[in-house]
Amino acid sequence: MRRLILISVPYLWLLALFLIPFLIVLKISLSDVAMAIPPYVPTLDFAEGWAGIKAFFAELDFENFTFLTTDDLYWKAYLSSLQIAALSTFLTLLVGYPIAYGMAMAPDHWRPTLMMLVILPFWTSFLIRVYSWMGILSNEGVLNQFLTWIGLIDQPLTILNTNVAVYIGIIYTYLPFMILPIYATLEKLDGSLLEAAEDLGCSRLSAFWLVTIPLSKQGIIAGCFLVFIPAIGEFVIPSLLGGSGTLMIGKVLWEEFFNNRDWPVASAVAVVLLLILIIPIILFQRNEQKQREKEG
Amino acid sequence: MTKRLMTMTAACALLAGAAAAEEVRVYNWSDYIDEALLEKFEQETGIELIYDVFDSNEVLETKMLAGGSGYDVVVPTGTFLQRQIMAGAFQKLDKSKLPNIDNMWDVIEKRTATYDPGNEYSINYMWGTTGIGANIGKVQEVLGEDAPVNSLALIMDPANMEKLQECGVHFLDAPTEMIPAALAYAGMDPDAKDDESLAKAEEILMAVRPYVQKFHSSEYINALANGDICVAFGWSGDILQARDRAAEAENGVEIVYNAPSEGALMWFDQMAIPVDAPNPDAAHTFLNFIMDAQNMAAASNYVYYANGNKASQEFLEEDVIGDTAIYPDEAALENLYTVTPFGPKEQRTLTRLWTKIKSGI
Repeated sequence: MRRLILISVPYLWLLALFLIPFLIVLKISLSDVAMAIPPYVPTLDFAEGWAGIKAFFAELDFENFTFLTTDDLYWKAYLSSLQIAALSTFLTLLVGYPIAYGMAMAPDHWRPTLMMLVILPFWTSFLIRVYSWMGILSNEGVLNQFLTWIGLIDQPLTILNTNVAVYIGIIYTYLPFMILPIYATLEKLDGSLLEAAEDLGCSRLSAFWLVTIPLSKQGIIAGCFLVFIPAIGEFVIPSLLGGSGTLMIGKVLWEEFFNNRDWPVASAVAVVLLLILIIPIILFQRNEQKQREKEG
Repeated sequence: MTKRLMTMTAACALLAGAAAAEEVRVYNWSDYIDEALLEKFEQETGIELIYDVFDSNEVLETKMLAGGSGYDVVVPTGTFLQRQIMAGAFQKLDKSKLPNIDNMWDVIEKRTATYDPGNEYSINYMWGTTGIGANIGKVQEVLGEDAPVNSLALIMDPANMEKLQECGVHFLDAPTEMIPAALAYAGMDPDAKDDESLAKAEEILMAVRPYVQKFHSSEYINALANGDICVAFGWSGDILQARDRAAEAENGVEIVYNAPSEGALMWFDQMAIPVDAPNPDAAHTFLNFIMDAQNMAAASNYVYYANGNKASQEFLEEDVIGDTAIYPDEAALENLYTVTPFGPKEQRTLTRLWTKIKSGI
């Protein structure tokens, strides 16, 4: 009995915080838009009993999902989100790996400080940090003023309100999620393996490629998923740093919800986004499980 | 008059003492009030004021239609108000609790009655026009001395915009403002909603969109004042605020506001009480406080928007009441137009069109 209660806690958690909200969104995605509070019909009315519930289900349909296929805006937005997320994940890896490597190679007594420095930005609100990037990247911003001052440019670079700013924002924001798992695997790396490789005639560089990288693969995969999955649905960064040409599904969702007041279509967009995300999430879970089995 | 006001204030304070920790939640546009007024309200009435801000009607409307927003007073624009009244989002005002309603200006009340027949659900807070803010120095540097800063040609003619893009142009991220402007530029009915008119507006806006740095409804105040951009199509008072911030910063930026000569959209921001407001009594107290002639004048003197309060006009500063960009004279009033809300189907066409204009897809 006690075991049952113990097991049921995480399941209840999942039920309350994931499954039920998802079912609500799914239900709205099958409804029709209306000018009312809330702005869709039908709403479930238990007062009418069984007949009411039956009438409720009879009115649901997949119209909103077929609507998504009639306009190429949606799949273009999904595709563009995937592309932005993939490229920024790759760039985050390029920036994050050397940092994680440096941390793992640093003397023991330095590591807590370095770790602290990676986590430190989280102490400030995410929104404020993105806003401060607006101050850095704008035409009259810190970066342009600095570059003009050292004489590298004479016309300010337009970075803010372009996709470049979105990439910078995503890389900056998600960098710790890349560094920490990679650092965790590199820290556990057995130094004698590298010595052995060098003894057997490997140069330091090829030892890095042949030993260090493969052994930190788990960390790289975990880091990439932790960046890629939230980046796809990112809304705050593209809306603050991006320009009019930045197309991401988070913004499309916002427009359906706020500008069109079309909750059903907005919900349909969200359901499809979830379906797209399920594939990488399952891959991530598999990877985690495999790793645990190996360690166990 | 003053005596009556004082007795009333005292009565309010007394009432507030009786119901301790009473609170009122107000949801208003960003940069839209003198914060000293908020403190004054708390001191006079003893009601705790929680003040939140938004920068788009769409955000407000979504909260209203979701229900249970928790706000006691909200400030939608006329066209949005009309639709939300139809959805049943607001309660009728109890005018017996609003003695200051006598201060309101019939000229404005007549116009707001288009959106709220009989002004039963709302009072006018501010009204203004949508027009062109220009950093005059930079614009003349790019386009020459005779740059058409008072004409929609400045922002709707691709030849001008191509040159202006290097110093930066912001448009409002609000199709209900930009489409009428494009139609006015084309010499068509700004309130038209038929496919043909929308297609014409699309054609005009698509030709200039590559040169628009950003579509946003509040960032332009700072961007104009700092000199980050040289032109913004935005709301009158916001641009005048940018003008003042630039003047205060003494950064060499000089901003001018012009209502376009082809016609300018006139809009009305209305204060209303949501149907499910937690504290409608305090909401009425707040509305009555705002309608006080001196308070309303203080608000306008601070935000550079005209208000719908006749009695407040004697307390307005000369650079507000005397500025035709804020209080247009008879001739300029002739040049202003109003618009009606979009129906649900038209709205979808409009939003889709807007997405296309913003992202090119």
